[in-house]
Amino acid sequence: MALSKMDNLYRQVILDHSAHPHHHGELSDSTNQIELKNPTCGDVLQLDVKVQDNKIVDIAFSGYGCTISQASASMMTDAVMNKDISVAEDMVEDFSDMILGEKSDTDILQDAAILKGVSQFPARIKCATLAWKALHKALNNKQ
Amino acid sequence: MDNKSNPWKKDFPILDQVVNDEQLVYLDNAATTQKPQQIIDDITAFYQQDNANVHRGVHTLAERSTEKFEAAREKIQKFIKAKHSDEIIYTKGTTDALNIIARSYGEANIQAGDEIVISYLEHHSNLIPWQQLALKKHATLKYIELDDDGFVDLEDAKKKITDKTKIVSIAHVSNVLGVVNPVKKLAALAHQHGAVMVVDGAQSVPHMPVDVQDLDCDFLAFSGHKMLGPTGIGVLYGKEDLLNAMPPVDFGGEMISFVHLYDTSWNDLPWKFEAGTPNIAGAIALGHAVDYLTNIGMDNILNYENQLVDYVLPKLLDIEDLTVYGPHDPKKHSSVISFNLKDLHPHDLATGLDMEGVAVRAGHHCAQPLMEYLGVSATARASFYFYNTKEDADTLVNSIVATKEFFQNGTI
Repeated sequence: MALSKMDNLYRQVILDHSAHPHHHGELSDSTNQIELKNPTCGDVLQLDVKVQDNKIVDIAFSGYGCTISQASASMMTDAVMNKDISVAEDMVEDFSDMILGEKSDTDILQDAAILKGVSQFPARIKCATLAWKALHKALNNKQ
Repeated sequence: MDNKSNPWKKDFPILDQVVNDEQLVYLDNAATTQKPQQIIDDITAFYQQDNANVHRGVHTLAERSTEKFEAAREKIQKFIKAKHSDEIIYTKGTTDALNIIARSYGEANIQAGDEIVISYLEHHSNLIPWQQLALKKHATLKYIELDDDGFVDLEDAKKKITDKTKIVSIAHVSNVLGVVNPVKKLAALAHQHGAVMVVDGAQSVPHMPVDVQDLDCDFLAFSGHKMLGPTGIGVLYGKEDLLNAMPPVDFGGEMISFVHLYDTSWNDLPWKFEAGTPNIAGAIALGHAVDYLTNIGMDNILNYENQLVDYVLPKLLDIEDLTVYGPHDPKKHSSVISFNLKDLHPHDLATGLDMEGVAVRAGHHCAQPLMEYLGVSATARASFYFYNTKEDADTLVNSIVATKEFFQNGTI
């Protein structure tokens, strides 16, 4: 059955993150915020970030989307929590390289490294990158 | 209705392939249809034998291509039962045709305080041109409500269409809900109030007999690629007197009569609206598509698709946790069927179906206001054509169930 191929895309940890997302919600004291839409599917992601001394000290996301986009957002928030902005920006690039099937430092990405399988599903790459694009834009979008 | 008895499926070479280790089941016909070998061959033959620009040369090839280009127009005229062939204007597609109406008829006839009436189920291409026109002209854009089944509600239409209404524009068949709207009655209503009736025929003309004189619509827009033709060719039908009174929207070659240094007179219909070298091969291929469809008979196509819906809709409704949008009575539902699995985003569902070889659309279907109206962010959509079969319907149903189990039980 060809559905078994989906295991690469929907590993249990991905399903867990999607069903029980980490850092889901909004921050009342965010310093940076962005709402990003995926116009092809109508998905919406709001990202709230609190930056202190060039460090991400709190982060939360809300909105709606598919399993991949929700899991990716949850994993991203885990990965960048308490990281310096410059490190987080490096991770955005590493994630993008990984998803596009290029060589990258995936250790630093923690759980998010498991989304590597998405590179075999070109139609779903946008779903996986939405949260990371949002992070990049939020860090450049001070309130 | 099965693979053995369907005489048309074999004409479509693209359907005979394996994707993701499974036989392809193509159910994204509302987005675009596949092309039969005959039309692929006709396009090749045109470029091998007849290619030349139209209406410009005296040489033999130019005459030949012009003759075929205009013959296709007459085929299309007969296909939609238009009175005159000059009421058939070639466009890039439905979107282009609707934009021409808005930019030409709309710009010339809409004034501040006038009303344009559409509905909640419109595709963005039958919404944004009117929305932008209303903004520019300080006109009012009004939306007709949908009834419980998702049809454009005639009772509400009677309230929304008033003596201030100048344009009513409605989809004949919804690309999401699969309802066939009462456009003939809406046209009568529009005319009672002195408004013109525009019909978005993108999802109806390929699937059922459409008679513009019977509907008494003033304009009809449809696309070639959703009815076996190539992309980049479509049709704007308009009543002759209306088109004659309308200004052209694009300027250039072909659409002129005489050009002087400081003014220009326009060509006759239909060329007034066809500036520049048109999609010649596309128009001729659309003529061939009309031949192919006419050969089967539009009544037969409608009847065949109705039988498929009769077969598949109850099976879809039986799947636990599957929500089907639009009417649940197969008699009221055309071959576009949208649905969602509980707790699963339609993108995940569509990826699961793709792994089983089934091509469906997932997303907002260029109808974001309708998604909001339905209270969903997106849906999955299966859309059938006459080359689809019972087996295709079974594969769809089985794949939805398999995908549901995959996500409910976790990975294998």
